[in-house]
Amino acid sequence: MSFIKKITRRGFIKKAILTVVSLELVYLFLNLLKKGGEAIEPENMFSAGDIDLFEKGKVYPFSSAHFYLSCLKDGGFLAISTKCTHLGCTVNFQTKENKFLCPCHASAFNKHGEVLAPPATRALDLFPITIEKNKIWVDTSKPIRRNKYDQSQITYA
Amino acid sequence: MTDKGTNKAITKLLLHLHPPKVNAQSIKYTRTFGLGGIAALLFVLLFISGLLLRFVYVPSEKGAYDSIIYLQNEVLFGQLLRNMHYWSGMLLVVVSFLHVVRVFYSQSIYHERRKNWLYGLLIMFLVIMSNFTGYLLPWDQLAFWAVTIMTNMLSYIPVIGDGMATLVRGGSEVNEETLLRFYHFHTGLLPLLMVFLMSIHFWLVRKAKGVAVPASPKKEMVNTNPELIYKEIVVALSLILLLIIFSMVVDAPLLGKANPLESPNPSKAPWYFMGFQELLLHMHPGFGIFIVPVLVTAFLIYIPYYKTEINVGVWFNSATGKKITIWSVVYSLIFTSFLILGTEYFLEFQQWMPNAPVLLTTGLFPLLLYILPSYGFILLVKKHLNAGKIELIIALVTILFTAYLVMTIVGSLLRGEGMHLFA
Repeated sequence: MSFIKKITRRGFIKKAILTVVSLELVYLFLNLLKKGGEAIEPENMFSAGDIDLFEKGKVYPFSSAHFYLSCLKDGGFLAISTKCTHLGCTVNFQTKENKFLCPCHASAFNKHGEVLAPPATRALDLFPITIEKNKIWVDTSKPIRRNKYDQSQITYA
Repeated sequence: MTDKGTNKAITKLLLHLHPPKVNAQSIKYTRTFGLGGIAALLFVLLFISGLLLRFVYVPSEKGAYDSIIYLQNEVLFGQLLRNMHYWSGMLLVVVSFLHVVRVFYSQSIYHERRKNWLYGLLIMFLVIMSNFTGYLLPWDQLAFWAVTIMTNMLSYIPVIGDGMATLVRGGSEVNEETLLRFYHFHTGLLPLLMVFLMSIHFWLVRKAKGVAVPASPKKEMVNTNPELIYKEIVVALSLILLLIIFSMVVDAPLLGKANPLESPNPSKAPWYFMGFQELLLHMHPGFGIFIVPVLVTAFLIYIPYYKTEINVGVWFNSATGKKITIWSVVYSLIFTSFLILGTEYFLEFQQWMPNAPVLLTTGLFPLLLYILPSYGFILLVKKHLNAGKIELIIALVTILFTAYLVMTIVGSLLRGEGMHLFA
């Protein structure tokens, strides 16, 4: 181990101090950059409307709030994020083909947000839904990551 | 200006960069193609035009796009100024890349030039970062989605990816915070770092006694002024002239204002990242964005430390090396195109084995599918062309460079709507 022999006490202390100081500066800089990222987002409840408005088996766009409300055949609801899980483009629902298509890399998802065609590997994110007095509320501040679709993700009235 | 004054300016200023006398071999145009000098000149042009653009540009979500429109329509020669900056920036990426290629193939990265190769790679990285941060600033659809795609690519790096992407963007999506951040990197930190690194880069060239030339018994030294200075001035003036003419004819692209609700079809990363985006279409992001680039970078850093006999300054190391380079280009061209077509239309590992983990089906399998035949090719070359170790490294680098070029061309030129081939 020749490189260990090269280290002298004086040199070691000098380098240690330099390292600590530079790490400190890097830490400060990273925190400066982090400021925007860690801002606590206020709860953002979006009112999607009355349950009666939605027809079973249809998908409704709420593009300004970045989600699609998918009303399933059994009357359950899924609020599906428009953000493609591959590289973050905005997916569009194609009524003819009955699926979500990503314009960037041709990933496709079904009405549950499940992957139909790669390159995406994860199902589309969901937003939590609460139903109060027959009104649907979607919390657009907290997207839920999921790998696959399962029954428990559906919200029923 | 008298001749005497000109001479004085040259000796006092420029000769701080050059020694008073240079090797006649090293100033032949085909030795360096002037690429390093052109890159440095482009940096200066970018610095000046960027400085001027700062007077008009407003780095905010509301003001950015409008300030570009204002610049193009209201400011005298505003469009020309923006074009100059844009095309110089794009040219800088190309020229820097060619410079890397040149020093590699002319065997100019070994021994005392080792360290400078590393600084060179670092500067290349900063050039790309500068271009990329500048890409967002017009805040049009092109910029917004290119940066969205790129920053989302980052989040596929294991463990630290998400944190990094959030840090770069200043949030979970590309927004005003990102714009401000990129603006300050683009106009402050990155140019400053580059000035430092370029100074070291130049100094190390001097320290290595100039450009690498093949060893020869007779060494002819000529006066830098006028022999080299004259050539430099001709190249510099022609480059500036060509850039101005090109900028007068071709406008820098500007699409509609950024709209986070609608991705244009197709959405593409900046062209120099299209190789990555193409790779991502065929490979799991964990591999395409992390494992492969890390391996390639580690390999590039390692090359000059490889201990073997090297003919410093000889193009391709030897006649065999030249032959191998050509064969590697041919192999990589054909094989990469073939594999792109193959994974596009026929090979669907994921569908054949729906229960296997995606890291295997879309990660390891495609990687092996590329590595194994390439390994076979290299063995073949070794056997038939009687290649030495350094020539095999040349073959490997050639395969990598060519593959990236093929992917870049396919990704940016051959893919249309929905990222389908030939659409």
